[in-house]
Amino acid sequence: MMREGGGRRHLLLVSLVSALALAIVPLPTALAPYRPAWVPLVLIFWALMAPERVGLLTAFAMGLALDTLSGALLGQHALAMVTVVYLSIRFHLLIRVFPVWQLSTIVFLLLAIYEFALFWIDGVVGRSVPIIERWAPVVSGALVWPLVLGYLASVRQDTQTRI
Amino acid sequence: MNAVGGIAGTLGRRRIPLGLRFLLISIVSASLMLLDHREEHLSRIRQAFSILVYPIQVAVDLPFTGLRWAARVLSDQTALLEENARLKSERLDVNVRLQRLEALGAENNRLRAMLDSSARVSDRVLVVEILAVDLAPYRQRFTINRGLNDDVYVGQALLDASGVVGQIAHVDLFTSEAILISDPDHALPVAVNRNGLRTIVVGTGDSSRLRLPYLTNSADIEPGDLLVSSGLGGVFPSGYPVGRVLEVHRQPGQPFAQVIAEPAAQLDRDREVLLVWTAEDAADGYGSTNAVETP
Repeated sequence: MMREGGGRRHLLLVSLVSALALAIVPLPTALAPYRPAWVPLVLIFWALMAPERVGLLTAFAMGLALDTLSGALLGQHALAMVTVVYLSIRFHLLIRVFPVWQLSTIVFLLLAIYEFALFWIDGVVGRSVPIIERWAPVVSGALVWPLVLGYLASVRQDTQTRI
Repeated sequence: MNAVGGIAGTLGRRRIPLGLRFLLISIVSASLMLLDHREEHLSRIRQAFSILVYPIQVAVDLPFTGLRWAARVLSDQTALLEENARLKSERLDVNVRLQRLEALGAENNRLRAMLDSSARVSDRVLVVEILAVDLAPYRQRFTINRGLNDDVYVGQALLDASGVVGQIAHVDLFTSEAILISDPDHALPVAVNRNGLRTIVVGTGDSSRLRLPYLTNSADIEPGDLLVSSGLGGVFPSGYPVGRVLEVHRQPGQPFAQVIAEPAAQLDRDREVLLVWTAEDAADGYGSTNAVETP
């Protein structure tokens, strides 16, 4: 993903755009409901590890991009994303010292809040959503979290030493 | 966009506390949703955003298009010859049917003219491609590669070779989002081909099942009945196949029969669909026009 000599800003942008792309890559029908929520995962990573660089406005912009891509109500993903990133930034000092499995639990909770916000807005607007397909991304997201953490952290380490 | 957001966030943090900023952005999101839900006030803004994310959609679609292209280039000659032969025989078959259909169409128009009722206006169609882009799995929607540039409009009907696929829900500049007839939020007025019984088909969220919830126990409907679009909603052209009735459950205690149908179109296997322009335009509204056209 990273090229030689790319800066940290570069990595942030690339990771966010890749998350958006992963969010819409076609999957086999059987797997599609289990697609992890990549965008909040990546944003949570940055909010925990570099809260001075990823703010609420970034989360808002990413949410709007996801709304546009998925044809959801404009602001739906944005609100959910901002909520999750707010919580991550607010408690980042507390959370980021946790061991990986504990961090996974926290991410599970954050993703649950994220999905609940989406679910709730869908309910208010009157869009029907099957329950299982709504909550599967929370579980898969928490399972994928250690990979996201490990990968982004290692790439970030690289670029930091290089700078 | 993201980098700018990050910088603005850093600058803003010194002045406005995090909690307050969270509150402000939440209020902005909520008002956006309210506006978007109430009316299509935000279609301009949505179109602007869609231009920003269009490169991502194209980038995701590219490998799939590339693979198909490679498959086409690399397919061997015998396979092509076989396909060619098959297509030729299919074409012959279709042409034979078309001859009969044209005569029938002309006769139908003459009869309609005699009865002084409106003739069916011929529809203009355009083949469009579905982008290999997944939307939310529980919503039966997809993105097509035509938008405002090609006069696509909201509510326009989409067909495939075997039946009605869905209609356009949002139009952006280069792409549009379509809603399938199997989406739980979609309803479509249909008629039973055998006896003209009118009812409404509702999606289930499963692309191989449709529901007909508004038929009474005494309604004349049987498994195997063909459902065609009735054109009553003013969105779909009439007379296109929608589905075939699979099961009819009549329970004496219930006011309505439970009727399940199978869509005629191959909703989950299509790569290409047909966009249909009926009559003159969407703007002039509902029902068929009164112009009599003879082919």
